[in-house]
Amino acid sequence: MTDYEPKIIAFLCNWCAYAGADLAGVSRLQYPANLRTVRVMCSGRVDPVFIIKALREGSDGVLVSG
Amino acid sequence: MLTLCEVTAIDGDEGNFTVEIRKSPRYVDVEKCIGCGTCAEKCPAKTSDEFNEGLSKRKAIYVPYPQAVPLKYAIDAQRCIYFQKGKCKACEKFCPTGAIKFDDQEENISLNVGSIIFTAGLKAFDPSGLATYEYTRLPNVLTSIEFERILSAGGPTAGHVVRPSDNREPRKIAWLQCVGSRDLNRCDNPYCSSVCCMYAIKEAMIAKEHARNELQTTIFFMDMRTHGKDFEKYYERAKSEGINFVRSRIHSISEADQTGTLSLKYATESGQLKEEEFDLVVLSVGMEPSPDAIKAAERLGIALNEHEFVSTEDTNPVRSSRAGIYVAGVAQGCKDIPQSVMEASAAACCAGISLAPSRGTLVREKEFPKEKTFGDEEPRIGVFVCNCGSNIGGIADVPAIAQYAKSLPHVTYVEENLFTCSQDTQEKIVESIKEHGLNRIVVAACTPRTHEPLFQETIRNAGLNPYLFEMANIRNQCTWVHSSSKEEATEKSKDLVRMAVARASLLEPIPDLSVQVSKSALVIGGGVAGMTAALSLADQGFPATIVEKSEALGGSAREIERTWTGAKVQPYLSALVEKVKAHPDIQVMLESEVVNASGFVGNFETEVATKEGPQSISHGVVIVATGGHATEPEEYLYGKNPRVTRWHELEGNLKKFQGSNSIVFIQCVGSRDEKRPYCSRICCTTSVTQAVAVKEEYPQRDVYILYRDMRTFGERELLYRKAREKGVIFIRYSLERKPRVEETEEGLLQVIVFDPILQRELNIKADLVNLATAIEPAETDKIAAIYKLAINEENFFMEAHAKLRPVEFASEGIYLCGLAHYPKPLDESIAQAMAAASRAATVLSRPSIHVSPLVSQVDAEKCIGCGLCVEVCGFGAILLEEVEGKGMRAKNIPASCKGCGLCAASCPQKAIDMLHFRDQQIIASVCAAP
Repeated sequence: MTDYEPKIIAFLCNWCAYAGADLAGVSRLQYPANLRTVRVMCSGRVDPVFIIKALREGSDGVLVSG
Repeated sequence: MLTLCEVTAIDGDEGNFTVEIRKSPRYVDVEKCIGCGTCAEKCPAKTSDEFNEGLSKRKAIYVPYPQAVPLKYAIDAQRCIYFQKGKCKACEKFCPTGAIKFDDQEENISLNVGSIIFTAGLKAFDPSGLATYEYTRLPNVLTSIEFERILSAGGPTAGHVVRPSDNREPRKIAWLQCVGSRDLNRCDNPYCSSVCCMYAIKEAMIAKEHARNELQTTIFFMDMRTHGKDFEKYYERAKSEGINFVRSRIHSISEADQTGTLSLKYATESGQLKEEEFDLVVLSVGMEPSPDAIKAAERLGIALNEHEFVSTEDTNPVRSSRAGIYVAGVAQGCKDIPQSVMEASAAACCAGISLAPSRGTLVREKEFPKEKTFGDEEPRIGVFVCNCGSNIGGIADVPAIAQYAKSLPHVTYVEENLFTCSQDTQEKIVESIKEHGLNRIVVAACTPRTHEPLFQETIRNAGLNPYLFEMANIRNQCTWVHSSSKEEATEKSKDLVRMAVARASLLEPIPDLSVQVSKSALVIGGGVAGMTAALSLADQGFPATIVEKSEALGGSAREIERTWTGAKVQPYLSALVEKVKAHPDIQVMLESEVVNASGFVGNFETEVATKEGPQSISHGVVIVATGGHATEPEEYLYGKNPRVTRWHELEGNLKKFQGSNSIVFIQCVGSRDEKRPYCSRICCTTSVTQAVAVKEEYPQRDVYILYRDMRTFGERELLYRKAREKGVIFIRYSLERKPRVEETEEGLLQVIVFDPILQRELNIKADLVNLATAIEPAETDKIAAIYKLAINEENFFMEAHAKLRPVEFASEGIYLCGLAHYPKPLDESIAQAMAAASRAATVLSRPSIHVSPLVSQVDAEKCIGCGLCVEVCGFGAILLEEVEGKGMRAKNIPASCKGCGLCAASCPQKAIDMLHFRDQQIIASVCAAP
């Protein structure tokens, strides 16, 4: 299991969390490359269906941030 | 936007100023710089980073901070090795776009403008000169600004709280308030800086959050000044979360040991001497006008007051002494962000009035080719992969990403670019769209938050609808944050491109959305705020209707004789009422009430009940200025004894009971308690003003003010000083031990209060008692229900954002000002009313407004009319409407919709979808991710 790398889907709010992720880039803050971002206009847009879909399609974790 | 500029001279008058500007060289071409930071990485010259208060280093080529606008580098010639020693040029060698311009020259610019707004800001007080705090010698004595940087994730310690002497996490931190404020002994700042109490609490709360171990925090203060909206609740929360508040002004700081631990000696309220050790001491430094601002003000020829802030009048709070020059922010006096933002809008309003005749005369519209239609044509996707110099290409394998993109479904054309955003690439993209018949475009580069508008414009130039565009963020969210792992960055980039392509194949053209604007305003409330807002709009040519409940204009200002600076209110008020009545573009409806409303930004329809019967008004915006009033207390014998009055009733009683020798003011009557957990902001200043007036006329009378914290913020502090000099006696009481007002057998009054300094009860014989009762908003719930506006727990209206949008509601086209927002003095009400008018003018000044077409879409066939969407929508953008034969059905109001999609996610029937963020489009990305 030591090589195990989870694939995480992140739903990020355009106005805050997504902007934060961009700023992490500008500041060159390094973090693991496991995250795949989906930009949404509000974290409230995230339908539970999206989360279930993500897990069923093979993602190992889901992050909703906003 | 002109940066690195200084105004050197100004000539002319309002409406026609000539401003001479000296532009210092940046040594970097802003057109070419892409903000990649390679130059700074290669630059060998390090210097102290001013933004981090010298707690970290920056390079000689730098951006001041990551959010800087424009995000373009600049060379600090004083630190640059090339400029100092004649060789280096590392930045030039490594800059991928050739943006370095060592031969950049100082430039002189001459501007012709009609108005000027002065916002030169502040300087934090420098405590180096205070010998007893030894700030320069003791490493663990920091200023609050330095500590702010330590708390910041982007700061020198990435947000980890450590003390400078040994980089250990502190266990105990003390904040010392009023350093460089309320002080004439050790500095020349007698005023209160207004913001330090709040920021100290905030710093203590965040420090506790950031600390890994238990952290003890103590704030040493004189009066806790949390007089802003919702600030008192924050103070109470801080107390309940264990922040320790000690009422004491610390005289000096000494070293406790060799490691840098510090010792503070202080006296408690009851006079007990204590000595306590702290790992870190933060000096809550106050604000001063910056020397540059003072010089600039002199060049502009605007008057400064005795503390060198720009001088203004209470009744004209943002106008300087020179016509056509307006002021906002701390350049005018100490204040917080919400107030500064309001003043900024107010200044823009004044400039807008002055320049109204020339509004829109310099606007040029850009034209685009006609949009192509594709019908059912299969997606033909073009993918453009950006190297961003070496920002992406230097880490991820761009050719491999491009090669991979070619294998994805519907991808017709792939191209690699050195800089996809460069002008020549934009032209190439237009050509490629035409040549290959592309109907969807994906750019894999930086972030849509900065570059999507640019690329959308590009594809519009090729006749594509701007929403047939998608970005894959492979720089900010990939190569920049995974720079040590080239393979992983490449794989992630491929995934992001695959997700973008999957989504792009489902994108649809979305037509532009604009709504016509009815160019008039409805102002609810005819007090100073409402009248000022109406006048500010009417003076710009936008008609306004004032709906006033009572039989006269004027509101609560009718009771005020003078402002705290001494300006007479009644002559001002009558002049204002006359101006409003005489204005051809203002209609006043007295004894009228709003009873119903419908519509949205630009197109409201409001029903008003008047004496003559119901009237319907069409208008483009709403300004809510419903005001407030002082409450009538049920304590302290109010209403039972004629010698007990509240607020300005005192002035009448002074005449009635001539020869009264002793007057007692009681503060916080009904404020800052369980029922109203907020500070009414204006009471301390008002009572002190009244006390001074009494003392000035009758120096021999005894005047007492019983208070909890004296909140004479800003330059009002001088009034407090004056009151003490004149012999007004201030006695502090606590909520747990409130004063008592009793009637003696002879029918006189006595006030019994516990004095914390004497540690005993005092019995004061009082001829008059005046109560500073809480300020409450007028009834807000009806208006809130009619326009679907938010109100807080204390029934004040809630603005969209305390700092960023202080006069707007979350719903577009509706604005807020005056006491309905929060208790405030006259000058602040006027500024806020102007600010509301200014924001409203951004809608009214256009024949139609473009709104984002990324809105909700209701499928009436699937909708069952449950109304959940209406409930969750924070913007009043969806409502239930009767559909014949079907019952209630949801209907969206595109002009009000912010596109958040809460309704879509909540709909149990899946009857709502979001344009451009459809379920299927999001799911396509999700499914393409693994």
